[in-house]
Amino acid sequence: MANHSTSDMRTGAKVMVDGDPCTVLENEHVRPGKGQAFNRIKLRNLKTGRVWERTFKSGDSLEGADVMETDMEYLYTDGEFYHFMATDGTFEQHGADATAVADTVKWLKEQEKYMITLYNGAPLSVTPPNFIELEVTETDPGLKGDTANGGSKPATLSTGAVVRVPLFINIGEVLRVDTRTGEYVSRATGK
Amino acid sequence: MYQKNHWQPSADIITLKKRAALFSKIRHFFDKKNIMEVDTQMLSLASISDPHIEALTLSTNVQGEPIPYYLQTSPEFAMKRLLCAGSGCIYQLGKVFRAEDRSRRHSIEFTMLEWYRVGLDHWQLMDEIEQLLNVLMEGQPVKCERQSYQAAFEDVLSINPHTVALTTLQQMAHEHTGYGLEEMDRDTLLELLFSHVIEKKIGLELPCFVHSYPASQAALAQKITQDGKLVAARFELYWKGMELANGYYELTDSIEQGKRFSDDVSQRKQLQLPNRQVDERLIAALEQGLPNCSGVALGVDRLLMLLCNIEHIDQVIPFAGDRA
Repeated sequence: MANHSTSDMRTGAKVMVDGDPCTVLENEHVRPGKGQAFNRIKLRNLKTGRVWERTFKSGDSLEGADVMETDMEYLYTDGEFYHFMATDGTFEQHGADATAVADTVKWLKEQEKYMITLYNGAPLSVTPPNFIELEVTETDPGLKGDTANGGSKPATLSTGAVVRVPLFINIGEVLRVDTRTGEYVSRATGK
Repeated sequence: MYQKNHWQPSADIITLKKRAALFSKIRHFFDKKNIMEVDTQMLSLASISDPHIEALTLSTNVQGEPIPYYLQTSPEFAMKRLLCAGSGCIYQLGKVFRAEDRSRRHSIEFTMLEWYRVGLDHWQLMDEIEQLLNVLMEGQPVKCERQSYQAAFEDVLSINPHTVALTTLQQMAHEHTGYGLEEMDRDTLLELLFSHVIEKKIGLELPCFVHSYPASQAALAQKITQDGKLVAARFELYWKGMELANGYYELTDSIEQGKRFSDDVSQRKQLQLPNRQVDERLIAALEQGLPNCSGVALGVDRLLMLLCNIEHIDQVIPFAGDRA
């Protein structure tokens, strides 16, 4: 991989820091007083998700990380690995382990597209689409006479995710959910 | 980078009116004191020796010969040559250029107010800066704090910057910034701690002069003995997390100045930085004699940011960054 100089590292650059692949979130040039220039770089560790700031001397270089982001369709799980297939016509398949899938496991729906971050060719993390449509498998029956601005109740969806929904939602309905917040958005517009 | 639809200014018209008013008040302040305005060349055949400031260069043909020019990073050398020629007190309000990455507080081209006061030392110059701030702030009285470099370190980090062990500095810098364990230069570590830790804690409400820097950070200031140790007669003004001004009780000794130049040049070599024509005419002028004086450079755009509560320097400059 090519090296990146800290003085011209752009947002989104993928670099190795302390042996882990990281993505650059911000890079601020700092020159204290009359001295040596530094770059204060905000990084996200792609393995752990941890975000932190670190200072480097301007002009020092960091090794580029072999990280690629690609859209893949979720196929199935064999209990150990979650299998995904490329959507670019190559039919290339990758198995992601539970660590890579992490919390996304509760949003995994067959034939849905996910963004897979590949590190050295293996899945490192799985990002769900911002919105996903899922069927309600369990919830208390709808209450008579309730209004749309009333309370809410928990509902379990086909992937196992639990979200709070309005009282009028029933089992079997398909809902649109925001995966970033885990919140109910609306009933799905019929497919 | 170049986009046709980016024709509009990066600062709004209201801010530009405040900018114009600021310029006018600054000029009025110096006119009343009978200090002459000068406008030295932005293009010079020589540049500064400073190892950490990069100048922009250009080349043009003069009578068929390609001549390299440097854009001024500060008007200091030219102004000192005027002082040596007998100008008396002078000020300059104009553009300077530094080949440095843009950031929230830095633009490649920016506006600097620089002035020199014959017969005043740096303490008296701090009084005058405070006076100017009071004129510019209109009605809200501003009382500047003063703190020595040593006191700032003692207050915030509980170390004496002049005597602390290198290993302690390395560990401290690493702890606060993630950098420093292999750094062997004391000043780099001190500057790092100052900018990352101390700057955030000083001059939060009122502007704060930090003075009496380590002698090794004298730049173009005299070194003086204070409380039995040698320090630089240099100060910086900090306000709300920004470095606003840098001033010196000016070095007048041509031999010492020549020595500092050659130290800088060898440091530039060591850092593998491009060679520059250093302004040896400054040395020649100092040989003729620079009157006892103090001088300060103040970042006008940054001052305007503070006056208008604006977060990004681009928003106080008519056409900044990618709109230039």
